[in-house]
Amino acid sequence: MDQIVLLIGTRKGAFLLHTDAARREWRLTGPHFLGSAVHHMVLDPRDRRTLLLGTRPGHLGPTVFRSTDLGEHWQEATKPPAFAPSADTRAPSVDIVFWLAPGHAAEPDVWYAGTVPPGLFRSEDGGDTWQEVAGFNHELLPNLREVIGPIPGGPPLHSICIDPRDARHMYVSLSSGGTFESTDAGANWRALNRGIAADFLPDPDADVGHDPHRVALHPLAPDRLYQQNHCGIYRLDRPGDRWQRIGRAMPAEIGDIGFPIVLHPRDPDTLWVFPMDGTENWPRTSPDGKPAAYRSRDGGESWERQDNGLPRGHAWWTVKRQAFCADAGKPLGLYFGTTCGELWGSHDEGDTWLCLAEHLPEIFSVEAATL
Amino acid sequence: MSVRAVVPGQLFSYTDGQSRLVAEGTTLGAVLDDLDRRHPGVRFRVIDEHGAIRPHVRFFINRQPAVALSHPLADGDELLVVGALSGG
Repeated sequence: MDQIVLLIGTRKGAFLLHTDAARREWRLTGPHFLGSAVHHMVLDPRDRRTLLLGTRPGHLGPTVFRSTDLGEHWQEATKPPAFAPSADTRAPSVDIVFWLAPGHAAEPDVWYAGTVPPGLFRSEDGGDTWQEVAGFNHELLPNLREVIGPIPGGPPLHSICIDPRDARHMYVSLSSGGTFESTDAGANWRALNRGIAADFLPDPDADVGHDPHRVALHPLAPDRLYQQNHCGIYRLDRPGDRWQRIGRAMPAEIGDIGFPIVLHPRDPDTLWVFPMDGTENWPRTSPDGKPAAYRSRDGGESWERQDNGLPRGHAWWTVKRQAFCADAGKPLGLYFGTTCGELWGSHDEGDTWLCLAEHLPEIFSVEAATL
Repeated sequence: MSVRAVVPGQLFSYTDGQSRLVAEGTTLGAVLDDLDRRHPGVRFRVIDEHGAIRPHVRFFINRQPAVALSHPLADGDELLVVGALSGG
């Protein structure tokens, strides 16, 4: 494996954590855009050099920056993601560029962006100019708003998954909305939420309004999707359309609430979650202050706790939906960032954990890039 | 007709570190359009896609608050752009 860089987005800027194939020595660089929230930073796996970053300073509007030299120089998008101008004072404006996703391998300059409040945007020039995906923003979203009503803070659009077999087939998810599928490059969408619990909705069998926290599609088995939801952990095998709650197999005292979900890139049956406390008033901390990852090696039939090296107690942080990832190494490396600014890693697929960086700002996202 | 514009540190990356700028226009919106021509990207950071002033930005013309893009300016006026204090 080549050089690895962890791309860390935080509440106060972006950082890069560099290592070599041995993954023993780590070197932190940055900050980039100090003082600005960076919700997501992604290296294009198609060229392994283009870096895109979504940022918003405390005072100013959101934008996207691009670098082709690992952050030595940044170029701002000429036309950042924005909704069509409207005279309607209730019309949403983009507040956060929350999620960035490279397009299909056959479309090398295509990127997608998900925003807060929810919106789906597409760039066909490597992230320099962005257009609305009209079928989503203009057709689906207005209907959805009528069903779910306003959400404080605005739910994010995230988990943009492109089918590696077909650039026109994609899934996106939004919190307080659900998961949606398009087979025509975003022109038309259908809800894909059957089987998902929604304890906060009056209709337990509602078509939409669910709260996916993170959805992932397996690159080698694209008919297999996993989901960490506000109400449990799920698996879906297409062409089926009913999710199966695999989180029922988690220990009862831990539960199956959390934000991130990570897939093993070479094994569709292996995945990780990072549970958090979702009881009563939703503390969103590690359960009982004892953080742990949980791994399943059988597609969610069973789970094992992985906390060797992690704090044994009074660790009241958690891991956000973009802040847990895997590299491509053998054995697989895993990395997560905490809401308290620590970056933890494992080079044995979660059996042991080491703290690789600390005292960073609250970590929003971590992506492992192979150069 | 030109006005003097003073911008905050948050916008220095667009203005080569300059705080004091010169722009033309007879309304706040026109002045911001002209600033954007001279310093591309700066307008969208303070005005959203619907033409609304972003929540943490304030404008003052000759030290008086300006809350609409239609607010008039005259030759020699001073436009102050402020990143409003908030949060922690």
